[in-house]
This record gives sequence, structure tokens and C-alpha cells, in this order.
Amino acid sequence: MLFSSLFNRGEENMKMETKPTPQPIFNISKHGMFILLCLLPALLLVSIFIYYPLCKGMIMAFQNYSLFDLTNIRFIGLQNFKSVIVNPDFKQALINSFYWVFFSLIFQFMIGFVLALMMRKKFRGRGIYQAFVFFPWAMSGFLIGLIWRWMFNGQGGVINDLLLKMNLFDTPIPFLADPKWAMASVIMANIWYGVTFFGIMLLAALQSIPEELYEAAKMDGANNIQQLFHITIPYIMPTIIATTLLRVIWILNFPDIIYAMTNGGPAGSTHILSTYMLEKIIYDQDYGQASAIGVIIMILLSFFSIFYLLATKFNKVGDF
Amino acid sequence: MIRRVNWWALTKVIFLGMFLIFTVFPLYWILITSLKPRKDMFTVPLQYWPKHLTLENYVNIFEISNFDVYIFNSLLVSTVSGLFSLMIAMLSGYVLARFRFRGKHQIIFAFFVTQMIPLFIALAPLYLLMSKLQLLNRLPSLILIYTVMMIPFCTIIMKSFFERIPPSLEEAAMIDGCSRIGALLKVVVPVMLPGIAATFIFAFVQCWNELFLAVMFIDKESAKTIPVAMNSFITKFDIDWGAMSAATVLSVIPTLILFAFAQKYIVEGMTQGALKE
Repeated sequence: MLFSSLFNRGEENMKMETKPTPQPIFNISKHGMFILLCLLPALLLVSIFIYYPLCKGMIMAFQNYSLFDLTNIRFIGLQNFKSVIVNPDFKQALINSFYWVFFSLIFQFMIGFVLALMMRKKFRGRGIYQAFVFFPWAMSGFLIGLIWRWMFNGQGGVINDLLLKMNLFDTPIPFLADPKWAMASVIMANIWYGVTFFGIMLLAALQSIPEELYEAAKMDGANNIQQLFHITIPYIMPTIIATTLLRVIWILNFPDIIYAMTNGGPAGSTHILSTYMLEKIIYDQDYGQASAIGVIIMILLSFFSIFYLLATKFNKVGDF
Repeated sequence: MIRRVNWWALTKVIFLGMFLIFTVFPLYWILITSLKPRKDMFTVPLQYWPKHLTLENYVNIFEISNFDVYIFNSLLVSTVSGLFSLMIAMLSGYVLARFRFRGKHQIIFAFFVTQMIPLFIALAPLYLLMSKLQLLNRLPSLILIYTVMMIPFCTIIMKSFFERIPPSLEEAAMIDGCSRIGALLKVVVPVMLPGIAATFIFAFVQCWNELFLAVMFIDKESAKTIPVAMNSFITKFDIDWGAMSAATVLSVIPTLILFAFAQKYIVEGMTQGALKE
């Protein structure tokens, strides 16, 4: 709904008129003061503590701004961007970000979709089942990272133990200490965390498909596979597009798991853009370069969103 | 009569079973680890069911750190921030749901955007801002910033809850002589109590879990929250996994219980809020 307002406001307004949900009914002129007073705390706080620091952060991207050198704050043009981009660590983080988003998303989506399909019809204990598989969502990325760090541990790690038991490997693998395995390991933890999101969202969409569509298809002799591709997927396509887009943005902006599992190591091999940026803030305290990375992330995400929405000819992303 | 196997049902049971194990096992494993005595932690073969159960890791964590202080700080910060953001979001959500006015879409959009952009850009300026306000190393800094961070999301969720309540409800109360705020508190709020509770729980859990802002603002023992303390455990060279798993379990249990209660409403709010068509 919100993205749509960017693209075609006219159509959006027309839709608003015909929406069955309760419409605003009160007269604005009589209530101007009330509206203002109710919105004031939220608007004021969000402006001062989110939008102001955000703008300041973006300005910092063009400044020499390091906590070690506070007396020497000045505008330096694109110098921060140049220093960031020529750094091989940045290139590595950029490539890793792609892997991180792509593989996390693909697996989260596929498993989540199958999960939703399996949970569509009511079965005994579905409520409890849903509560259980929802658990990862109550946890912070940091704790999830810690748990998986312990499970992937070279010594005493349960994943190594299971793989050895299944005779897949002869010797334990130091998953998080080996650059060849570290990225796959953090992605694994992220998949575990994110499947539920897709499961829940897609399940809600599946449940909105009218049963008559399937009955009609059955009468025409469509089998399960045909029903899936000709009814289910087309019907929930808007949800698929919206959730995948939101997810891409969130996954890229989600450093917690990597921070806890490897903190970008070994030797920068698991840094993604957001963890790389955090390292610049927390350890190097070079706010200028960190902000430059942040601005690059925002530019990438904006381009991606616009491209994605145009490519899918989609204009109905939810308003959250 | 030949009994036919229902392959679809069978596949379903197998998949759902495997997925349940996949989801629950890491939690089980951290719980089991926290209950193992130190000497059993690395013994090969690993014990999938501990031979000796002990609470020594839990006792230990309170001895080697001020874990009681961290728990108290986390509870305080999350509860207060959750309540503040809920109150503010109820007002703004109500107005956004019920009134039509200029700039409304822009406000909703501005709130929505805060959920999408990498807020880490704001991290450094926020640190400087907090230091100017002399709030560094003090809990009010976290209460303030968590309240603000939760406002946009809570507003959007509250708005969608309010939209599901017919305006005729408070109109009737207002005809009977209630003021608008009176009608809101006496008639509307009781109806949406489950939704309000779920929103509070969601905000509480987010604040309880938050790490990076807390790490930036807090470096003093007496003001640390649980995530900050755990972060300082892992930056040490060698991680004590016994203490670590106990700390993980202690910090996860409250959120799991809360989420189990509110799960239904959170799911409802999430899907309704995000998938409006």
C-alpha cells in the first residue's frame, strides 16, 4: 500500500474509497487540535531520535569524522567512499552480502513455502505446532548466533558429532575457523531463524484462497501439481513478491547472527556490509567511513527495491 | 480390499516432524549443555541425554558476574520502554486509523521507512547525542531510545487493530456523553485488550533482545543489560560455554513464555498489517 502510493497515488485513493474496512468518519476541522496532540509525541520523538541522527549520519559519510581525531572534523567530499571501496575487505563484504542474502532467502522461502502448504489444512495440534516453530522469532539474532556458534564448535560441537556419526566426514571440521566453511555456517543459522517468517506469512495467504477454486479445478481434472501452479502460486503471488522484498532488505540489514558467530572472521571472510560497518563503528570508531558504508547499503537497497518492483510490475507492498 | 497408503499424509507427517526437530533441536541442545557438569561438556561421545544433571552452571553465572543486576536492568528497561511506546503508539495509531487529514500517508510512510533503512547509520550520531545529553552509561538512555525505536512499528500495528473496531462503538459512547479520550479508554481499549497486550509483549521482547545500541551506550557494570553482559563474555578470548549456555537459557525463557502467550495475536497483527490488499 505504501510503495504503491509512490507509484500511482490516484489509483490508490480510488481503492481507499471502496475498501470495506471502516473508514475515517470524523470531520478534520473540528478535530485538528486533537489529531495534532495525539501525533505530537510520536512525531517529535521519531524526528529527534531517528530521523535527525539518520540525516547526521548521512552527512558524516562526507566528513572526516573519527572519535580518535575529534578536533579535525571537516568535509572531505567523496574521500570516505573512495577509501572504503578500494579496500579489499569491502569487496569481500559486498560479495558475501550477496551470498548471505541470496542463499538465506532461497532456502528460507522454499522451506517456508512447503511448511505453509503442509500446514494449510487443519490438523490436530496445529496451534501448538505453530507455537513451537514460532520460537526462533522470540529470540534475538545475537542469542541465535551464540547457540549456533556452540553447535558448530570444532570441539564439543554437536554438528561435527552428528556428521561423524553419519560417516560423512572422518575428522571434525572447524566450521567457523575455516574460511571455506564459515560463510555456509552463518547462512545455515540464518535459514533456521527465517523460515518461520515465510511459513507464517505464506500460510496466512494460502488460507485466503477460496476453496471453490480448488473444487472447480478438481472437476476439470487438474491434479495436485497443476493446482499448485495454476491456482495456489498465482493467487498468492502478491504476498510472495512483498515478503521476499521485505526479507531481502531485512536480511541485508541483519548483522546480529554473524556478529555473534564469527564477528566477520576468520580474516574478514564472513563480513557482510552491515557487520563491516559495525566493525568500523565499534572498533575503528571511524564514523565517516562507517557512514559511507551505510549510505552505500541504502543506495543498493533503493536500487534493488525499485528494480524489483518494476520487474515484477508490483505495486501493493504492505504498509509495514 | 487393498489398503492404500495415503502418500500425501505420510509426506506431511515426515516433513512436519523433521522441521519440528530442526527448529527445536538447537534450543534443546543449549538447554542440555547448560545442565551438564563442566567435565561432561566436551567428552566424546557427546551425551545427547546428560548422564549427570547439575545446576552448577547457573550457580556459577551468578558468582562470576552480576547476573542479577543485568536481569533487573533488562526487566526495568524493557518494561518501561514497552509501556511508554505502547501509550504513545496507541494515541498515534488511533488518530491514523480514524481520521483523514493532510500528511497522513506521509506520516505512515515515514514510520514504515524506519523499519527498512539500516539504522546503524544513526548509531554514531546517537552516541554523540546521548553523550551531549549526559545519558551515557545510564539506563534512561536505553529507555529513551528503545521507546523511540518501537514507536513506528507499534503505531502501525495499533493502527491496524483500531481499524478492525467499528467507529460506531466510540460514537455511541460519545453520544452518551463520554469525551473522545473517555470513549477510547472505556469502550475501545477493553475490546482490543488482547491486541494491546500482544503489542506490548512484542515491544518488550524487542527491547529485551536489543544489543548494539546498548553496547554503544553502556559500559558500566551497574548499568549493563543482559545482552551487553553476554557480549562482554564473548569478547574474552575463551568462551566459557557452560556459563554461556546458562545465560542464554535464562535470557531466552521469559521471551519464549511471553511469545507462546501472544503468538496468535502477533501473527495476526503481522499478517494483517503487512498483507493488506
